[in-house]
Amino acid sequence: MKLLTSFKKSFLVSIWFMFLTFPIMVIRVNPIEEIIEWRWWNMLLVGGCSFVLSLLGRYFLEKKELMAKRVADSGVIATTFKKRLFEQRAFAVPILIIISFAAIIFPFIFSTYQTSIMTTALIYVVLGLGLNIVVGLAGLLDLGYVAFYAVGAYSYALLNYHFGMGFWAVLPIGAGLGAVFGLLLGFPVLRLRGDYLAIVTLGFGEIIRLILENWNDFSQGPSGIANISRPSLFGTQLGLEANTVYLYFIMIGFMIFTIFVVNRLQNSRIGRAWIALREDEIACQAMGIDKTRTKLNAFALGATWAGMMGVVFAAKTTFINPASFTFLESAIILSIVVMGGMGSIVGVIVAAFILILLPEYLRAFSDYRMLLFGCIMVVMMVFRPQGIISNVRRTYRYGNNKGQDINHRETEEV
Amino acid sequence: MSLLNVTNLTMDFGGLRALDNINITVHENEIVAIIGPNGAGKTTFFNCITGMYTPTSGDILVNGTGGKTHRINGLKPNKVTEKGLARTFQNIRLFPDMTVLENVMIGKHCRTKASVIGAVFRGSETVQEEYEIVESSYELLRKVGLENSVNNLAKNLAYGEQRRLEIARALATEPVLLLLDEPAAGMNPHETKELDELIVRIRDEENIAILLIEHDMKLVMSLSDKIVVMDYGKQIAQGTPTEIQNNPEVIKAYLGEDFA
Amino acid sequence: MEYFLELLLGGLTRGSIYALIALGYTMVYGIIGLINFAHGEIYMIGAFTALIIASVLTILGFNHLSILVLASLVAVIYSAAYGFTVEKVAYKPLRSAPRLSPLISAIGMSIFLQNYVLLAQTSDFMPFPNLIPDFDFMEPYAHVIGSSELVILLTTAAVMMLLTVLIKFTKIGKAMRATAQDKSMAMLVGVNIDRVISVTFIIGSSLAAIGGILVASHIGQINFYIGFLAGIKAFTAAVLGGIGSIPGAVLGGIVLGCTESFATGYVSSDYEDVFAFTLLVLILIFRPAGILGRSTTEKV
Repeated sequence: MKLLTSFKKSFLVSIWFMFLTFPIMVIRVNPIEEIIEWRWWNMLLVGGCSFVLSLLGRYFLEKKELMAKRVADSGVIATTFKKRLFEQRAFAVPILIIISFAAIIFPFIFSTYQTSIMTTALIYVVLGLGLNIVVGLAGLLDLGYVAFYAVGAYSYALLNYHFGMGFWAVLPIGAGLGAVFGLLLGFPVLRLRGDYLAIVTLGFGEIIRLILENWNDFSQGPSGIANISRPSLFGTQLGLEANTVYLYFIMIGFMIFTIFVVNRLQNSRIGRAWIALREDEIACQAMGIDKTRTKLNAFALGATWAGMMGVVFAAKTTFINPASFTFLESAIILSIVVMGGMGSIVGVIVAAFILILLPEYLRAFSDYRMLLFGCIMVVMMVFRPQGIISNVRRTYRYGNNKGQDINHRETEEV
Repeated sequence: MSLLNVTNLTMDFGGLRALDNINITVHENEIVAIIGPNGAGKTTFFNCITGMYTPTSGDILVNGTGGKTHRINGLKPNKVTEKGLARTFQNIRLFPDMTVLENVMIGKHCRTKASVIGAVFRGSETVQEEYEIVESSYELLRKVGLENSVNNLAKNLAYGEQRRLEIARALATEPVLLLLDEPAAGMNPHETKELDELIVRIRDEENIAILLIEHDMKLVMSLSDKIVVMDYGKQIAQGTPTEIQNNPEVIKAYLGEDFA
Repeated sequence: MEYFLELLLGGLTRGSIYALIALGYTMVYGIIGLINFAHGEIYMIGAFTALIIASVLTILGFNHLSILVLASLVAVIYSAAYGFTVEKVAYKPLRSAPRLSPLISAIGMSIFLQNYVLLAQTSDFMPFPNLIPDFDFMEPYAHVIGSSELVILLTTAAVMMLLTVLIKFTKIGKAMRATAQDKSMAMLVGVNIDRVISVTFIIGSSLAAIGGILVASHIGQINFYIGFLAGIKAFTAAVLGGIGSIPGAVLGGIVLGCTESFATGYVSSDYEDVFAFTLLVLILIFRPAGILGRSTTEKV
């Protein structure tokens, strides 16, 4: 009986979608030659697909509710495979070893093209982790993160173009400039409440992009800057292939560094203040935390990472123009953070790989990749809004053992 | 010695006078209660003292940490906390997705100093500081009787426990004066009794003075050294519990004209 | 002086379009506190539907007026249907989720809809038939204001008035205001929240479609991407006026439109969007709640 009703409902849904998509999917007009093309086949396609998807959606939503109920009833969450995977050292260590081994041999097994894609994915991992500080930990919704990324990329491109400065010299400058811009923007806007902050940062991101696009004397406008030097290894320039591998390892290094820093930060005095700020601003202030300073810290630190990655990006592509720094970029990075599970390092990494590699390998149906990308974002949020991996707070061990021999149980947050 | 000295405190919201010429003094080791009907301006008074609002006129002086006298009108809430005033909230404001221990550790923020750099490099100083934060926070949780839920998320605590956690968190800021906004609200008689004992213990063991807003008269009368009564933003009486119980103004405010 | 007048009227025209779209943002935000990123796409779909219907009818040989009426009607209905469906699919299951989740879902929906139109139709700019005829009586003023601009201004004014009446005096309007103020209380007194939200999306989407048709026939061409910038600008207008406030959205739209118009007229057209965003940043810094928004202090 229940099955029948859900069939009936799904049938109605498919009728509705056939109606909904009628003008755009079925009719195509060529106004110059005055031909109307009727694509009835598409209507059947929409009807069929929406019927199946609606059935599936209904099934999964029901399952999700059932699960939630079961958890609420029993009060305990069963140890899932995933939890075992990350929480127990016996599982975590071998897995980490396998992953590191795979990471090391990757560029030697796969083609330069694959390595290059992987490097891009790693850049997004680090960007995601950087934005995670701002959004995931401090709860500041930043929709203009790409602006700081652009600052880093253009500082390398311009310094390289005008003064011939190298990658390693500009890296700290790019990071510094990112931080400076973060502070500059942060000072006036951080007293705004959440949603306003979102739109102001979005506006700021667009301003930076538009300036880069229009101020030709400074940035060479939409045509961009080409022939940016690749990073050098001890002063020698490598060939294209060797360089791709080199950049890949630079990014691996960056990722490890970032994970290390973020992991330490989030379980520190500062990190706790960020999370507290996210949870309740008023209580946070009443606990003696300087709201503005703490926010500014997070904002500038996030921007620093974006600045650094900008430099790497410019060095990787050797050509940049304002089109690389659109709002879509910010949206993708934000999606990485939210889909990964706010504040969770492992989640951010997994999400970055999914979101960046998926479209790359979907190039086979390249036309549909952005469509699927949007679709996945929606589906993911509907079925798992807490992200791929939800954040578990660290637990501490306490006792009266004096002195330095503290053995905090270092449960890597998952 | 007086810890808190409020003189002629007035607070206007537009044309509305929410607080009218309030004078309150809290001495060391004293428990002072503020009572009054709903809407009398008690919480507004708290908000003025703790920097949530900037009072229109009057002085708030604190002899806080370090022994110096500070005028704290218009100071930001976090600065007020640094001066040695800590508070709880009428409608509990914990950090729901953090553990119970972490909630208390947040309270230690203004008494510690590890920076971003320190957190990343985790030098011996930071490690030592972190260790002390954990230990002292745990100690505080033991004092309020929450030692068994240390690693639970704050949102999973029972109501009475959440109230006690708020007190522990406030204590972690190492205050000289603790401000409790209706700590017994929503508690059953048993929990209220425990709270009564806890407040006395805090005063006796930690040498912290307490200023509380409370509606539970039994608790107020048994606990307080001094009671301040407010009505319509005015301070209508002040005195020991017995004095207040026999004050005709107070009876009028609470029970209406006929009983006076 | 004439130049000034031309810029002012241009600004008003532009501003009323922003206002039409901004109303959708502001109403949705007022009721469920969500920045509906897909709203710009609804506007684009409205314009596209109008384009398709108008082209079909032109080829079939309908007369001018009936094309105008039919195309607009179908476009409004379809936009409303899309708005309704988007809410049901992408936002409704997320009512109780963390605050950022519906926002991500909205961004995803926006990307999806853009690419849906791109794939099903075309990535090129499509010529949009001029649905608004040139009036003879407008001829003497043609150097200051065109017929289509006049129509845009009048339509917007009429729509605003209708909306005000709807919100102020009808039952559903009252339910909407109640829901915006306190959702759970509204539910307790018997307001059907789901219905109110759906109606809000339907109204907002219809307004966006009207904006889409007007602007498309004014400019004369559209593509799948027009919704993005228009959406952001309109959202800026909504925030500018004070998000959640209906007169605020109108005022914000007009302020934004005029600022852009004057800035491009007197300063430089390259930085049109920069002016818009700079205005937004400045207003929010000095008046964080927007022009008409009331600053809300959280009760402690």
